Amino acid sequence: MTDAATEPDKIAGPTPDNALRAADKAETGPVLAADGTPLKRSLNRALRAQKIRALMLIAPLLLFVLISFIAPIGDMLFRSVENQIVRDTIPRTVAALTDYDAAAGGLPREEVFEAAYYDVFYAAERKEHTRLGSRLNYEQTGASSLFRKSGRGIEDIGEVYQDQFEDLNGDWDEARPWAELMGDPDWIAAQEAWDGNGTMPAFELRSDIAEILPRTAESYRIFARFMQNEEGDSPLEEEPWSVVHTALYQDVSAGDVSGYSGPRADMLQAAAALVASPDFETISFRDGFADIDEDWVEPEVWQTIKTYSPDYTSGYFLNAVDMQKTPEGPMLRDEDERIYGLLFQRTMFMSLVITLSCIMLGYPIAYLLSNLPSSKANLLMILVLLPFWTSLLVRTSAWKVMLQQQGVINDTLVWLGLVADDARLTMINNQFGTIVAMTHILLPFMILPMYSVMSTIPQSYVRAAKSLGATNWTTFWRVYFPQSVPGIGAGSILVFILSIGYYITPEIVGGTSGIFISNRIAYHISSSLNWGLAAALGTILLVVVLVLYWAYDRIVGIDNVKLGG
Amino acid sequence: MKLSKTLLATSALTVAAAGAYAAGHGMADSMTLVSWGGAYQASQQNAYVAPYIEMHPDVSASWDESSAEAVAKLRAMNEAGNITWDLVDVVAADAIRLCDEGLAMEIDHDEMLAAAPDGTSASDDFGDLIVSDCYIPQIVYSTTFGYRTDMVPAGVEPPSDICSVFDLETYPGKRALEKRPINNMEWALLCDGVAKEDVYDVLETDEGQDQALAKLDTIKDQVIWWNAGADTPQLLADGEVFMGSTYNGRLFSAIVEQGQPIGMMWDAQVFDLDGWIIPTGLPEDRLARVMDFVRFATDTQRLADQAKFISYGPARASSAPLVSTHAELGIEMAPHMPTDPNNAKNTFLYNYEFWADYRDDIDAKFQAWLAQ
Repeated sequence: MTDAATEPDKIAGPTPDNALRAADKAETGPVLAADGTPLKRSLNRALRAQKIRALMLIAPLLLFVLISFIAPIGDMLFRSVENQIVRDTIPRTVAALTDYDAAAGGLPREEVFEAAYYDVFYAAERKEHTRLGSRLNYEQTGASSLFRKSGRGIEDIGEVYQDQFEDLNGDWDEARPWAELMGDPDWIAAQEAWDGNGTMPAFELRSDIAEILPRTAESYRIFARFMQNEEGDSPLEEEPWSVVHTALYQDVSAGDVSGYSGPRADMLQAAAALVASPDFETISFRDGFADIDEDWVEPEVWQTIKTYSPDYTSGYFLNAVDMQKTPEGPMLRDEDERIYGLLFQRTMFMSLVITLSCIMLGYPIAYLLSNLPSSKANLLMILVLLPFWTSLLVRTSAWKVMLQQQGVINDTLVWLGLVADDARLTMINNQFGTIVAMTHILLPFMILPMYSVMSTIPQSYVRAAKSLGATNWTTFWRVYFPQSVPGIGAGSILVFILSIGYYITPEIVGGTSGIFISNRIAYHISSSLNWGLAAALGTILLVVVLVLYWAYDRIVGIDNVKLGG
Repeated sequence: MKLSKTLLATSALTVAAAGAYAAGHGMADSMTLVSWGGAYQASQQNAYVAPYIEMHPDVSASWDESSAEAVAKLRAMNEAGNITWDLVDVVAADAIRLCDEGLAMEIDHDEMLAAAPDGTSASDDFGDLIVSDCYIPQIVYSTTFGYRTDMVPAGVEPPSDICSVFDLETYPGKRALEKRPINNMEWALLCDGVAKEDVYDVLETDEGQDQALAKLDTIKDQVIWWNAGADTPQLLADGEVFMGSTYNGRLFSAIVEQGQPIGMMWDAQVFDLDGWIIPTGLPEDRLARVMDFVRFATDTQRLADQAKFISYGPARASSAPLVSTHAELGIEMAPHMPTDPNNAKNTFLYNYEFWADYRDDIDAKFQAWLAQ
């Protein structure tokens, strides 16, 4: 049937094959089950029911794993690229910075300062400006205090206008006239009638006011909604923020308000006349920011905002590999600030050494255990398991007592005269200390899988090899050892992966040269609060482990790993 | 049958809960306080919580020893929308960060806290120590050096100058320093000829940071770096180090309560604060309870009482004259306070603003330097 033309479904015409097939079909039809439904369908139904039952059985576990394991980890790892905070906090500035060329340097246009004024003002009222400051401080030193300071100082710009309007007419300082000027009459009536129960009638702008005073209308609406939703106060009783006065000045100086004839028209006309007079004092937004802090008129802060304005950033990952996101693209950090590459290498190296020492120490023990009579083996097994039942901190601290310079080992060596009193060995607060303590802690994870594999190796193989004339060494090396390799594989994977993520023990006994990348992750989670960087480092670590696992599978084969008989 | 029983039990519980709620006048009847554990938390329990519970026997207080990770945990709680803590003890730098992140409630000090007995308002009584709008300071502590008196070389004066830390010739032996740049960089610059008032100006620059690290480099191989405040007293007690920095209260308990041969070197001690913050987003009844407690626990007498149990100075000016003797040992506490004039001849004020800005940057350099 290699000839393609003879395949029945390729040729629809009357071939001998097709004719036979058609005759077959016509003769018997589909096979039916006892109840008359086609057998295929009823079989499928039965299988489907079985599948659903199986799925229902594992559903609790599946859900548990999804909700308590996969989802949180995914959420945490997602933080390594997430960067919405910049756009969420200062949306106008981000939009205004679209055509700003960060690589060329220089200061942005006045419009950007204007946008930043409104953004920082609203953010300060919502108390979100300092969060953004902390975020940007990871990228640019000084952003934290710059934003904190600006939250306090941003009022000064608006007060220039607020004071002048208020000097002209005290009503500009009152809540009610503002509400009448900006608010929808129906809303004012509803707000007045509101008895304090339930939700406040949401503020509505008067229909035409946004055309005459666009900026003021937006500003006032934000103010009124904030008062209602966040503070629970009526806008009829709260005088507006100074930012509204700034917006009023901008509107009045930019457009003609003489056509306005709604409520408080005279008040607005007088204000327009005041703004038009040469005595009216103004301040450019740029100068206003310069008064708050000189750093605002340096290009660096704008470059940083621009570089970190997208919703998703590669910045954390670049930081995690000792690089830096700059306007010119990713660049290596200064030599004296590179640390993560070194720590990743060190983590890999030390984990390997720990795994190897566990193999060296664990193999003979597992061999002994599996070749002893079970009564003695059980007793020894308890000794292996005993450390499991002791607190990790206690075991680690015990190593401190043993290894330190005035510790048990050094004291013994000095007493024996092997080491001079003024030349005691340094065995802790370095890599050596970490390797010793962690080998001890992780040893059971190596011994247990080895033991369970070795105890299934039949003694008869060894005896057969010997009876055929093999020496003890050949018997072990050619017959016994190959059969115990799956145990070594399983133990190695366990120990290596556990040690790569360890941080408590290195923190206590590692000093400066014996710490792992996980210590830096812990630091960024709990101390510096740079969760994005911690997530990026964690993601890299996870990927490295998966790659190693894959490589192991390719080289050794994952089928060769056994946790038991 | 079973269902009706459950229903009955539930409604009984609801009634009981409602009753308890009414009895507390809208205040929750339990609080979760967060502190540092050890002698410090015990002093708070003795000075604040025990007398408060005596006055309100229906209230219970539990402790969570999580202050060291308070910032991260509060952020996680806030994101999960479930704040389980009512009052959290943190150092000033953490309070500033929590306030920045919107995780700590802003405090109106004069309205929420008791005035001094002579009528001075709370904000004047705490004075400059209110370093953040969210912060209610409790105590002033200092990070300073202790040294083994029996390891001072023969014929040499015991160390009394901060620069003896960097003087390996006169005072050979290991040092214990905290594994972070804060304080160490300042001390290094002070001993490298930078004037006290210029330290932070110098530290702002790359050259200044390199200068500080270069100075620390001269003793790097003799330093054991500590993470927890209890490390240094232990290292000193074991004779592992000759001198080491830690919090003055830890040294006090090693010297006075445990009789270890340790001397205090108060020179260039760095003052810092410890105090309360209230997390944002507490339900009304719990907030009411915690406000009531805080008002009581931070009044003049209570702050002075805490000094009976631990050698940290009360944060209120009006508490200082009330500091008396140790509750068990009966010794005068005043000479052991970091603020005592004899101890405070040369002090250094920790600059919170500076470190809020430069912490990430300098820490990266410092850790890279450590790892080399």
